[in-house]
Amino acid sequence: MHPSRFLFALLATLAAGLVHADEIQVAVAANFTAPMKAIAAEFEKDTGHKASLAFGASGKFYAQIKNGAPFQVFLSADDEKPAKLEQEGLAVPGSRFTYAIGTLVLWSAKPGFVDAKGEVLKKGNFEHLALASPKLAPYGAAAVEVMDKLGLTASLQPKFVQGENIAQTQQFIVTGNAELGFVALSQVMKDGKVSEGSAWVVPANLHTPIRQDAVILANGKGNAAAEALMKYLKSAKAAAIIKSYGYAL
Amino acid sequence: MLSDTNLAAILLTLKLATIVTVLLLLIGTPIAWWLARTRSWWKGPISAVVALPIVLPPSVLGFYLLIAMGPNGPVGQFTQSLGLGTLPFTFPGLVVASVFYSMPFVVQPIQNAFEALGERPLEAAATLRAGPLDRFFTVAVPLAKPGFLTASVLGFAHTVGEFGVVLMIGGNIPGVTRVVSVQIYDHVEALEYAEAHLLAGIMLVFSFLVLLAMYLTNPTRARQ
Repeated sequence: MHPSRFLFALLATLAAGLVHADEIQVAVAANFTAPMKAIAAEFEKDTGHKASLAFGASGKFYAQIKNGAPFQVFLSADDEKPAKLEQEGLAVPGSRFTYAIGTLVLWSAKPGFVDAKGEVLKKGNFEHLALASPKLAPYGAAAVEVMDKLGLTASLQPKFVQGENIAQTQQFIVTGNAELGFVALSQVMKDGKVSEGSAWVVPANLHTPIRQDAVILANGKGNAAAEALMKYLKSAKAAAIIKSYGYAL
Repeated sequence: MLSDTNLAAILLTLKLATIVTVLLLLIGTPIAWWLARTRSWWKGPISAVVALPIVLPPSVLGFYLLIAMGPNGPVGQFTQSLGLGTLPFTFPGLVVASVFYSMPFVVQPIQNAFEALGERPLEAAATLRAGPLDRFFTVAVPLAKPGFLTASVLGFAHTVGEFGVVLMIGGNIPGVTRVVSVQIYDHVEALEYAEAHLLAGIMLVFSFLVLLAMYLTNPTRARQ
């Protein structure tokens, strides 16, 4: 085959894939990775629509969406960015809702390192405390709030190592480079319990609630699959999955 | 005009690039010399290892370094046994990572310069009873000066431009591991576009000027 013909055939195949109406691109906050994978699988089974997922920091997605990223739905780690996108005309008004309320956890990969009351923070017998960048990630900001409330920020600050998002923060801890750190409960929870290491589930009254909002983006306006996904996220089936990863609703 | 955090990031980046360049000239020169002169079977494999960072994604290098230098990795176990703790999230950790990352940009220009010398100047020096070390320092090195210049500039500039590896092993600590490229990334993610523009602009101008200076002072290489 002539190379240009081959290229044409390739492009035609790709284009056919792109216009396939039942597939949507969803930007998902990193902390919601595990539950969203489970939900998307069920969603596809139940509705026939396919949700293709991209995971990352909400701030990065916000910047990408502002600059024309081809997402139809955005599941943010906070409630500010979806609201902002709506104000800026980049999201469908009225589509926004809170799909989950995040739970913060102080976690170590080592069993027995973190006690059930978080006293380990006061002991300070560690070199590195990982958290997501408070400037960029709601879970990072919540972590600082907790330490502020406990009066420990000043003494712990020299030990801070910051992940670019909550997934990288967890990876610092998993690899043992940081002895412990603040992550989302959903990241360390499996089948309704913390599956590895040791953890202190931070009481919700120590920080402002981490409301995580979803919104249909301008790109997904009138898109049946996008609307179906939003509806699905509110269903009892999705709620059960979301709760099993330690989120409140 | 520059905020304190931006200034701190710039100074940290310059400090890192300077230290790495000096170390690489010390480590890279013997490697380049050996590669330029050897007929050993090992030349191919060693050249390939040195050149790897050109091809490998920084995420691969960052991943291996994070695991190797961590408390359970071989390098981490070694540094801990010396009582030095572990390297990730520290400035020395960035130096080690950058030395690997920028190695080919220093070794290859020096190696090319040594290879271009040929045998004759060294043989001539030998007939004048110059010993091997003498030949190296008074004949080879001065003749290879353009290669050293290119190597220094590229090693420095490439370290300044490092991002992926630092992101993976740095931990984003102000004044310790938060270099300019990471700071820009943070600004972009935090939607602080004005600050991002300022720093990105500085990087662009700096990089252009460095390369321009190299091509202007080294016209023979530029023409090749």
